[in-house]
Amino acid sequence: MIKQPFFLVFIIPFISFGQEQDLGAVHGDFNLNAQTYKEDFRINAAKVDEYFLMNGYSNLRFTKENFTAGLRYESYLNALQDFDSRHNGNGIPYRFAQYTIEGLDVTVGNFYEQFGNGLIFRSYEEKDLGIDNVMDGIRLKYSPVKGLALKGFVGKQRFFFEHGPGIIRGIDLEFNMNNLLFKNWSASIIHGFSFVSRFQEDLNPIYNLPENVGAFAFRTTINKGKFSLNSEVAHKINDPNGGISYNNYAPGSAAMANLTYSQRGLGIIIEAHRVDNFDFRSDRSANGKELTLSFIPTITKQHAYTLAAFYPFATQPMGEFGLQGEVNYTFKKKSTIGGKYGTRIHLNYARVNSLNGGHSVLTTEPLETHTPVLLSVKGEELYFSDFNFGFKKKINRKINIIGNYVDLIYNKDVIQGKNYGKNIRARIAVLDINYKIKPKHSVRTEFQYLSTDKSNEYDVDQGDWAMVMIEYTVSPHWFLTIADQYNFGYTDHEGIQHDPLHYFNVNCGYTKGANRFAIGYGKKREGIFCVGGICKNVPSSNGFTLSITSSF
Amino acid sequence: MKKLLILMLVFVTAQIAFAQRSLPKVDLKTMDNTTTSTAVFKNDGKPIVISFWATWCKPCVKELNTIAEEYEDWVDETGVKIIAISIDDTRNMSKVKPKVNAEMWEYEIYCDPNRDFARAMGVSSVPHTFLLNANKEIVWQHKGYVDGDEIELYEKIEELAH
Repeated sequence: MIKQPFFLVFIIPFISFGQEQDLGAVHGDFNLNAQTYKEDFRINAAKVDEYFLMNGYSNLRFTKENFTAGLRYESYLNALQDFDSRHNGNGIPYRFAQYTIEGLDVTVGNFYEQFGNGLIFRSYEEKDLGIDNVMDGIRLKYSPVKGLALKGFVGKQRFFFEHGPGIIRGIDLEFNMNNLLFKNWSASIIHGFSFVSRFQEDLNPIYNLPENVGAFAFRTTINKGKFSLNSEVAHKINDPNGGISYNNYAPGSAAMANLTYSQRGLGIIIEAHRVDNFDFRSDRSANGKELTLSFIPTITKQHAYTLAAFYPFATQPMGEFGLQGEVNYTFKKKSTIGGKYGTRIHLNYARVNSLNGGHSVLTTEPLETHTPVLLSVKGEELYFSDFNFGFKKKINRKINIIGNYVDLIYNKDVIQGKNYGKNIRARIAVLDINYKIKPKHSVRTEFQYLSTDKSNEYDVDQGDWAMVMIEYTVSPHWFLTIADQYNFGYTDHEGIQHDPLHYFNVNCGYTKGANRFAIGYGKKREGIFCVGGICKNVPSSNGFTLSITSSF
Repeated sequence: MKKLLILMLVFVTAQIAFAQRSLPKVDLKTMDNTTTSTAVFKNDGKPIVISFWATWCKPCVKELNTIAEEYEDWVDETGVKIIAISIDDTRNMSKVKPKVNAEMWEYEIYCDPNRDFARAMGVSSVPHTFLLNANKEIVWQHKGYVDGDEIELYEKIEELAH
């Protein structure tokens, strides 16, 4: 928790600054989400003793020339049902002071940071998912010459309103080769190197666990003409979990690369990654979303429509091999397919499978490890695959249409730890029609359908879903949406019959500049909600919601 | 102790409440992954629009596409420059450049993969649009995007330009 004297140290100077002419400025933002809960047996919504739950927070930030200080007050009274109940009560888990002078940037207190692509270190927040693994300690950034950037930090990681046990030390060096050496190259080349180490005491009575666990990474970005290549490789020394009956001393590794080609009207990307035993956290025994140091970007498309995002994939840090390719293209105006306004299309394919014979932690004997082959696709256990395409077209001044089709295979046993024995195959179609009634009045409708494969090869999971959404907006202030998700009923893999169900929702909102208010009423279905590859389980619920966001 | 702290905050805030909000100096990445900062934002004393977006955000892409149709006229009439800040993390950051090119956007684009700039600007969700005056002070902002919001934005730009 917060140490009050620390605060005063950086609040008091402001007051003396206050006597001068340049008074600096305070800005910030406020967010509140609240919901009432009604027991509903039909959708399996549990009773909530408080009836009403609320999450709220506010950031305040003071800036004066090269000095910044800030804090965030968070309140969970009690935490919304879809958040971990360890978010509890009120506190100030984020406060910092920072100044920069002649290329040196000093931060004391809390800071977010990322090295390279995040493979060995990313400290970040994703408030909707209840993720905030901010560091608390000291960070320095220094750039002695143009093209060379150094970062270093020592800190502990946030764990709800407390800290994780590990002390984390990290350094990062980035070299922009064009600035440093080759000023006249036609290609731009950036290299980076990072090292992160965790100290955590070994309290295990049986096993001798490493108290200092190091991980390092090397990255390169090359841009030449219309091509860009971005790659990073990382290695972590052995980091056993510390259980009493089972330990594994295998090292871990991660590698990723993506190549893009783009020109006006066309963008192509292909990428691959391989992950083996690379779950790096500031507590060796942590799990779930907590205390993560490594961030391995998920290699699948992030779908925006509700039913297309019904079966989201998240990176399996214990081991996976993934590939992805995507093409975005715009048919020019006045061409056959482009029509009067042009037509945009995209095509995407992603596939993720297990490593050959399993990842490096696949033995019950300590000191013994299995080493999977470097690259292997054929015959490996499929974790996820997704083939999807779509188009966007403006028909005339009033009508815009978006269509999407997704065909995916989802390994629920691996991704959610279930025991279905079969994968789920789902095909999803989306049609989004936007009709502009007047310049500031629009009606938008979404029709979505999800169908799971009923053949013997696949599990039907929850069968078929349909969704209809109608949204009416009046710029710049109002919106109203009415939506219904309908489950057609199904027989689950245990032979239990489930009746058809409606999940009906109404939401309306008012926005004025930086203030936004929204209220809603309806049922939420149980499901997995993901942002940026990290997911949380949202339980089903029935009730009113209130959301207020504001910034000043 | 806590009460004292709050009192102090109120006191400090009261003194500086009327200060103009200037642009925070924060590191950003270009689409080519080189490091730059918000200090490079400039438009010769003309208005600047900063629009936070992400590749997976439907209303963001809709907003940027709608403005793209009129952007040439906006620039001719007011000299405005639009700077679009992608908050995509490294899952999607490498898709930003192909996306921008495929959409044929003419905006100045930067990436904010760990949301340092978004945090400094109080952006909690996208899209979120800011309008800056000649001194790069924030004079107007708007959360979200629905059809027609670009009309209000343009009215505000015109007020600044003339």
